[in-house]
Amino acid sequence: MENEDVRKKREEWDRKCLKPFLEKSGERQEKFENLSWIEIDRIYDPSDIEHINFIDDIGYPGDYPFTRGVYPTMYRGRFWTMRQFSGFGAAEDTNQRWKLLLKEGQTGLSTAFDFPTLMGLDSDDPLSDGEVGKVGVAIDTLKDFEILFDGIPLDRVSTSFTINPPAGIILAMYTAIGDAQGVPRDQLRGTIQNDMLKEFHAQNTLVLPPEPSVKIITDIFEWGVENVPKFNLISISGYHIREAGSTAVQELAFTIADGMAYVEAAIERGIDIDKLSPQLSFFFNSHNDFFEEIAKFRAARRMWAKIMRDEYGAKNPRSWWLKFHTQTAGCSLTAQQPLNNVVRTTIQAMAAVLGGTQSLHTNSFDEAWALPSEEAVRVALRTQQIIAYESGIPSTIDPLGGSYYVEWLTDKVERLAWDYIERIRKMGEGSMLRGVLAGIENGFFVKEITNAAARFQREVEENKRIIVGVNKFTIEEKLKIPILKVDPEVQRKQIERLRRIKAERDNVAVKEALDWLRSAAENNENVMPPILEAVKAYASVGEIMGVLKEVYGTYKKPIII
Amino acid sequence: MEKKIRVLVAKVGLDGHDRGAKVVARFLRDAGFEVIYTGLHRTPQEVAMAAVEEDVDVIGISLHSGAHMTLVPKVLNYIREYGGNPDELVVLVGGIVPEDEFDELKTKGVDGIFIPGTPISEIVDFINQKVKEKRNKA
Repeated sequence: MENEDVRKKREEWDRKCLKPFLEKSGERQEKFENLSWIEIDRIYDPSDIEHINFIDDIGYPGDYPFTRGVYPTMYRGRFWTMRQFSGFGAAEDTNQRWKLLLKEGQTGLSTAFDFPTLMGLDSDDPLSDGEVGKVGVAIDTLKDFEILFDGIPLDRVSTSFTINPPAGIILAMYTAIGDAQGVPRDQLRGTIQNDMLKEFHAQNTLVLPPEPSVKIITDIFEWGVENVPKFNLISISGYHIREAGSTAVQELAFTIADGMAYVEAAIERGIDIDKLSPQLSFFFNSHNDFFEEIAKFRAARRMWAKIMRDEYGAKNPRSWWLKFHTQTAGCSLTAQQPLNNVVRTTIQAMAAVLGGTQSLHTNSFDEAWALPSEEAVRVALRTQQIIAYESGIPSTIDPLGGSYYVEWLTDKVERLAWDYIERIRKMGEGSMLRGVLAGIENGFFVKEITNAAARFQREVEENKRIIVGVNKFTIEEKLKIPILKVDPEVQRKQIERLRRIKAERDNVAVKEALDWLRSAAENNENVMPPILEAVKAYASVGEIMGVLKEVYGTYKKPIII
Repeated sequence: MEKKIRVLVAKVGLDGHDRGAKVVARFLRDAGFEVIYTGLHRTPQEVAMAAVEEDVDVIGISLHSGAHMTLVPKVLNYIREYGGNPDELVVLVGGIVPEDEFDELKTKGVDGIFIPGTPISEIVDFINQKVKEKRNKA
């Protein structure tokens, strides 16, 4: 069909069919916008995508530019990894929950740490009071890790760790457990989040200043490519940027920008990017605007392929892949009428699968109230299993490829993201690494995200955005769902265990390892070998981070409302 | 003219989730209150000191960490220790708080608890009414 014919037909349809109808009965709104405030047209047709070339821009899965997926068979080969983020209490509690999840058919583990661990503090630190074991598992020393992985063979699971400032410590602990179980290091599979840049933009797990943070991440890359070649050394994350209130476009743009910054840091260090690339992974949010999310995932793959091949000159096609984990949007869950969240999560999970995710976490319906109960976690996992086994969606690859709307929107989202990337590059005078650091320093990212969050909230307040059960279709209700309670004794027990370990361990070996770490940090050497040594000597997370804080200083975030 | 209502919006503890606190702070400011935001990762002592020094009418503590039962009473105790009177303040908690803990928080001196999805206009009305009650009592 020629585009000229399409245009003629469209013009005729507008005049003869649409216009009289609109005159009789108008539309619900004057203007339709998606969650990123992109204006959406009434209908899309071939003329909207005539600038998009099938072979160059869409193509086939497993082939450049990977718009349709990174694997040639996608879910016909195997489903995405169903990976529920979980952790609470002491290591024993989480070990038990994990065993339950594995029994229920979960195929990968994903660790939630408590706030003290996330911030690199020990359970007995005064700042940890009231927070030990609350939002995740408490880890002080290798001893806790031994309990956490008791009965879980590391050669048979892959484990993801949502951890950032202490990421190197956790990777060292995992390596130590593997060593103790006799699993060769090149068989260890998993992911550390290890993405500090997005912490400065959004998630705020902040300990060291930006530059030393990037230095340590680069150390982990350098050590990881040699020692744990199947382990994802970073999960470049848009999730938290989105949760902090960004649009889908900002999430995509800032995540890709961060990814470029890390790659540039690795290149500056002299790391072979073709060696590093397979160990990079990404992590995105999946929110309510179904098609925009799908477009975002497709655009992300296409952008990363171009960047790695054309900008950074990666030779191996494997290096052009953007593989990613997805979590449904926590910020979309409502405390009101919590069962409605099952439906939201289903829509978001479907978008992730239609967008070609490699692994998925579905939120539980009770998470606007507390950590999920066992029942709620089960429903969340079953949601994925129903999509996998009953919906038929995984039978064909990228079923929305070629949709006029989805292709138009994929292209639109990509263009808007490129605009942001060019702004960031300008801030760095050509360098994405310098640009991202400059944007942290001058508040660019925080302002962009905060403004989007406020704009969204304003529209909710004014009932321009409807949230079912919140500003429309509300009811009077009393909460009836069971809420998970964390044992209040966890903190006391955890502190007791830490004291016992500190008394029993070889404190000379601990001191030597920490001294080695200090000197490595001071002399700009790789900190991973001394961290592994310290971990194996049962030095605590707080002690190891303490040395890094001494050498590099700490960071206080400027206040921007 | 009556004195402008002063509000301290506080993040206490290790939790970095500041979207709610910042959006609420911005909207309260737009509603005509004087708003002071503490920034992230404040200790209970720092928050209490700010409340006393800034002589606020309202303190809104935002938590997504599950540590509210420990940290909120700590803030109120330190306010007392630093010479303030938490009973004269309107004390609000926002964030992730299970409903079955509302009563206990209220017996510990919290006036209002606002969960995700609360319209900010509701918080504004609550503050206006409560501050009036407390000022009349004082």
